[in-house]
Amino acid sequence: MVNIIPFFVIIPLGTAFLISLLGKYVRHFAGIAISLSSAVVLALSISCAVYLSSTADKILVYKIGGWVPPFGISLVLDGLSIFMLVMVSLVSFFVAVYSLSYMERYTDKPKFFTLFSLMVCGMNGIIITGDLFNLFVFLEIASIASYALVAFGTEAEELEASFKYAIMGSVASCFIFIGIAFLYGFTSTLNMADIARVLSVKHSSYVLPFVGTLFLMGFGLKAALVPFHAWLADAHPSAPASISAMLSGILIKTLGVYALIRVFFSIIGSTQAYLSVLMFLGTASLLVAVILALSQWDLKRLLAYHSISQIGYVVLGIGLGTPLGILGGLFHLFNHSIFKSLLFLNSGAIDYCLGTRDLKETSGLAKIMPVTAKTNLIASMSIAGIPPFNGFFSKLIIIFACIQSGHLGYGLCAVIGSILTLASFMKVQKYAFLGRLKDKFKNIKEVPAAMRLSMLALAFICVFGGIMLLMPFRVFLDDAVQAVLRGTHYSSVVFEAVGK
Amino acid sequence: MSLIVKTITRLTVGLILLFGIYIILHGHLSPGGGFAGGVIVALSFVHLMLAFGKDTAVAKISSNLASNLESIGALMFLGVALLGFLGGSFFLNILGKGQSFKLFSAGSIPLSNIAIGIKVGVGLFAIFLALVILEKSKKEG
Repeated sequence: MVNIIPFFVIIPLGTAFLISLLGKYVRHFAGIAISLSSAVVLALSISCAVYLSSTADKILVYKIGGWVPPFGISLVLDGLSIFMLVMVSLVSFFVAVYSLSYMERYTDKPKFFTLFSLMVCGMNGIIITGDLFNLFVFLEIASIASYALVAFGTEAEELEASFKYAIMGSVASCFIFIGIAFLYGFTSTLNMADIARVLSVKHSSYVLPFVGTLFLMGFGLKAALVPFHAWLADAHPSAPASISAMLSGILIKTLGVYALIRVFFSIIGSTQAYLSVLMFLGTASLLVAVILALSQWDLKRLLAYHSISQIGYVVLGIGLGTPLGILGGLFHLFNHSIFKSLLFLNSGAIDYCLGTRDLKETSGLAKIMPVTAKTNLIASMSIAGIPPFNGFFSKLIIIFACIQSGHLGYGLCAVIGSILTLASFMKVQKYAFLGRLKDKFKNIKEVPAAMRLSMLALAFICVFGGIMLLMPFRVFLDDAVQAVLRGTHYSSVVFEAVGK
Repeated sequence: MSLIVKTITRLTVGLILLFGIYIILHGHLSPGGGFAGGVIVALSFVHLMLAFGKDTAVAKISSNLASNLESIGALMFLGVALLGFLGGSFFLNILGKGQSFKLFSAGSIPLSNIAIGIKVGVGLFAIFLALVILEKSKKEG
C-alpha cells in the first residue's frame, strides 16, 4: 500500500505533460485524460484513507529512491495528510468534470487542463511531502500554475489581477524561503521530522520566533488572512469560474492553512503565543471580510470575500488548540471546500448562460435555471450555517469550542460573522434567483449536463456532510485531529514508521 | 545586425551549442548539469535570433517543436524516475553504476540530466520566442 503514495504526484504530473503533448493533435484527449486521472487519484486517495484508518499507528512513510530519512526525501501520509488529500481530490474531480463543458467558452482547452493538472500535482505534493524544501518546490508549482490560470482569459482586468497575485505570491514565497533557509542554517537538515527532532534538543531564543514570524507572514499571505488578504478579492473573481472554485475551495487551504498547521504544530511546536496570534487573525478575517462582502454587487467578488471570512473560522478553530476547536476547524475546512466550490461553480453557470455576474442585472433566474438555483440555495444555507447542512455543524463546533476554552469574545464574533454571512447570501438569493425574470433572459436554457452533474454532486455532499461527525466516518476526522494534536511527537512517530 | 556580429555569431554559435551539450553530458562528473547545460543550449539559439532575426532561429526549432520537446523532456524525466519502480522504489537508481569518473557511469543520473537539459533548453527558448512575438504584435497592433 505504501507504494501508492508517490502516485498522487506522478499521475497529475504525467497527465499534465501528456495533455500538453497530445492534446493539440487528438480531439477530446485533454478532457478524457483529465477526467480519468482525477477519478483515479480520487479512488486512490479514498482507498488510502480506508487502509490508513485500519492500521495501528495511522502513518505511512515512503522513502524516495530507497534513501532513508533524514538523508533522502520522504513522503509522509498521516491522518491530516489523507484528510486534505481526499478533500483536494474530491473537489478537483468535480471541478474537472464541470470544466469539460464550461471551458468550451474559452480557447485552448489543452493548455487549461495542463495548468489545472500541474496545480493539482503541486497541491498533492505539498500535502504528502515530508521534506520542508520539497514543500516549497511544490508550493511554487501550484502557485505559478495558479498565476497563469488567473490570467487565462487574457483581458486587461484578468492580467492586472494575475500580476497583483503574482507579486503578492512571490513576496509570500520569499518569506517562506527565507524562513526555510534560517531553519536549515539552525538545524542543518530539511526533513520535517528531523527538524522537529533537532529543535527539541537545541534551543534558541531568537531564531524560532523570527522563523515563526516569517512563516506566519508567508503562509498567511497564501491563506489570505486579513492583513494579507488584498490580492484574493482581485485574483479569485478574475479567473474562470472553475479555477475560482479550485483557488477558493482548496488552493488557499492547502498552501496556507495546511502548511501553517504542519509548520506550527508538527515542526516548530505550537506555543500559546502562536495560537493567540492565529486566533486573533482568524477572528479579524471572519469579521472584516464579511463586512466587506456585504457591499459587493459582483457575485464572484462577494464569494471571494466570503472565502477570506470562512478561512477566518478555520484558523480561529485551529488556533484554539483544543481537540474540539481543531475538530471544528478541520471539519469547517472540509465543508468550506465543498460549498465554496459549489457557489463558485454556480456563479460560473450564471456567467455561462447570461454573460454577466452583476447582481443588479440578474433577477428571477430560478425560473430558467432550476438546478443552479436549487444547488445555490443549498450552498448558501450551508455557508450561512443553517441546520441541517454541513456548515451548521462545523460552525457550531467552533463556537462551542470557543465557549469551552473560555474565549467568549471570539465565540460572539463567530456568531456575528455567521449572521452577517446569512444576510449577504439572502441578498444573493433575492437579487439573482428570486423576483421577476427580465425579458431578455426569457430564452436562456439551463447549463449542460456535465456542469449540472458536478453541481448536484457537490450539493449532495453539502446536505449529507453532517454524517462525517457520526461513526464510521468520524474516524476520518478523528485521525486528522489526532495528527494535529500529536504536535512535535510527529518526528518520533515518523522515525518509528521508517524503522519498520 | 552588423557584419561583425553576424560573422562572430556564425563562428561561435556551434561552439556554444557544443559546450552546452558537454555540460549536460558531464553533469554527473563536473560542475553543471541538466539545468545549466540547458540554459547554455537555449542561449545558443537566442544568440542566433539576436544576430539573424527571429525567422532564422525559428527555421531551426519551430515554436510547435519547442513546445512538444518540452513536454517530451518532462515526460522523459518522469519516465526515468518511474524506471526505479522496476527495482522497487520511485527514483531508485537501478542502472549499472559503472566506474567512478567515467562518462558512462552513475546509472540513471545522466539520463535525468539529458531530460532536464531538453526541457530547460527548449523551455527557455520558447519563453524568449514568446517575448519576441509579443513585442512584435505590440508594435504592429
